[in-house]
Amino acid sequence: MTKRRSPWVTLAAILVYVFLYAPIVVLVIFSFNSSRTNVTFAGPITGFSAEFPDPRTSVVTASPCGPFHWFCTLAGNRELINAARNTLTIAFTSTLISTTIGTMAALALQRYQFPVKTFSEVSLYIPIVIPEIVMGIGILTLFGALFRFLNASLGLTGDGRLAMGIGTVILSHIAFSVPFVTLVVRARLQGFDKAVEEAAMDLYANEWRTFWRVTLPIIAPGVLSGGLLAFTLSLDDFVITFFTTGPGATTLPIYVYGLLRRITTPELNALSTLWIALVFVAVFITQRLERRAA
Amino acid sequence: MPEFAVELRDVSKRFPAPSGEIVNAVRNVSLQIRDGEFFSMLGPSGCGKTTSLRMIAGFELPTEGDIFIHDKPMGQTAPYQRPVNTVFQNYALFPHMTIGENVGFGLEMKGVDKAQRLTRVRQALEMVRLPGYEARRPRQMSGGQQQRVALARALVNHPEVLLLDEPLGALDLKLRKEMQLELKRLQREVGITFIYVTHDQEEALTMSDRIAVMSGGRVLQVGPAFEIYERPNCRFVADFIGESNFLEGTVREVQQRTATVELAGGLLAYAESDLALTNGQAVTVTVRPEKIGLRPYEGAQNVYPGRVEDIVYIGTDTHYTVLLAGDQRLRVREQNEDPYSRPLASPGDAVTIYFDRAAARVLLD
Repeated sequence: MTKRRSPWVTLAAILVYVFLYAPIVVLVIFSFNSSRTNVTFAGPITGFSAEFPDPRTSVVTASPCGPFHWFCTLAGNRELINAARNTLTIAFTSTLISTTIGTMAALALQRYQFPVKTFSEVSLYIPIVIPEIVMGIGILTLFGALFRFLNASLGLTGDGRLAMGIGTVILSHIAFSVPFVTLVVRARLQGFDKAVEEAAMDLYANEWRTFWRVTLPIIAPGVLSGGLLAFTLSLDDFVITFFTTGPGATTLPIYVYGLLRRITTPELNALSTLWIALVFVAVFITQRLERRAA
Repeated sequence: MPEFAVELRDVSKRFPAPSGEIVNAVRNVSLQIRDGEFFSMLGPSGCGKTTSLRMIAGFELPTEGDIFIHDKPMGQTAPYQRPVNTVFQNYALFPHMTIGENVGFGLEMKGVDKAQRLTRVRQALEMVRLPGYEARRPRQMSGGQQQRVALARALVNHPEVLLLDEPLGALDLKLRKEMQLELKRLQREVGITFIYVTHDQEEALTMSDRIAVMSGGRVLQVGPAFEIYERPNCRFVADFIGESNFLEGTVREVQQRTATVELAGGLLAYAESDLALTNGQAVTVTVRPEKIGLRPYEGAQNVYPGRVEDIVYIGTDTHYTVLLAGDQRLRVREQNEDPYSRPLASPGDAVTIYFDRAAARVLLD
């Protein structure tokens, strides 16, 4: 027997979904727009042609890629591909490192009693509530001062000088991701039975093998969720990246922001559409993995 | 061949509690556990039995004293280097592994090759009556089955000593009774020393060759079940194992092995005692309810008039609470031999109770 439900609840649910997904749907539709200015939707590109149209034409009617015209021009955009590569490099590196550190922190906080435990716990979570812009300014000031000092004391000049770049972005992303990973992994550790680790040690596994064979596989879904969170945080971070990036280290959000100040074309929408597709696939895979682990 | 499988020599364990104060979990415990013995550590929660077991396993290290396994001092030896295996209270099976992988884990860590491992895992699962369960996962099995897997996982390694930490605590009564017999059978079959921790006195009495009764971090008495039950050496043991009556009194006379104790209300109790007692000493006389009768019998040295206060019928027996002179109460347990379980007396009736000199014991505390 199904429970009776008020039609208002159904309506509210539908409205929530509309509210959440309408912008995304509009964004995807506009990535097929034939109008270059992309202010109104002038219908999709229907014709196929042998050559790409002049980049100055205001309404594109035919393209070698047909309706996927803007996806094709995207592929030829060097700046954009560079930005995408930077973003992924930063995201993968910072995720790997912050997930490792965050998991270790969660295990330590769960397991051990030590004198400054409360302090270290609180101070670990403060970056989550501090406004990002404050973090950004802080990191910028720190690196600026540090690099000035190091460059001066080590006598570094020209291209050998330490400067903002992909390295500083990765470091700052690690810094803001660690608390999130720790939080997520700790939640998973709440239900962790310490006895299984003792059982492993009792069955001749030393600490190292116990961790890899028993502890990690059991907390893996938590670590995976934490990692995924760190990855998405890094992918779309704008504020902190803005403060810590340097020449040659432009990420997608920074690049898109730069484009917006000039002119927006459906290319931008095509990029976003690809991005959304990627995220959907990632979420789908994680869901599958988690269900299998549960 | 060393005489003892496990020996604790003057072992103490102190923990700093979260509140900052020091907890004396185990105080100067010395125990000698013989090879091939089913040895139980029995006591209420917080008595130090689990801490003692964990120190043998190596999960905790003694603050003082040392533990010897077949004469080898354990010192700081890590759990994975000790020749013992543990069966945990909540099974502690690895949830992400199959039953076969769980049972084979210890062998794998020891580097036993795969073919031999599979054979031994199969044999171990047969021994605990779970043949062919290798491919299952722990969560697909009932509590009782998981407990058997935990047993197989430990026994497959042929440990010198098997440690069991309240392994039946999470099972229901019927299953627990079955597993008690099963454990005893297994222990006879494999001939390994079992050290069994429990707070359930019946469990300890049923299975053990010897029992150590613990309280407040100390071992109070060690001995076979009948000795612990019939000759408790202190009030705690008499009270914790089964049911007991306690009568306060003063020693009046000691002749050979019989002490005469004057109770409240001027009653004289005759009790057996090996203790060195002196006249005028304050003592407690203890006697089990089932050893007191309402039916007269010849040769009972302790015969007192009393009045029935209360009757409780429990099926096999009936319990009578009898008020004696000096406001002392005794619990009396009579078997319901009568086909209609007709009580021997009703509340308010005047009765006479009888018990033997040998049924009464003198305790110092």
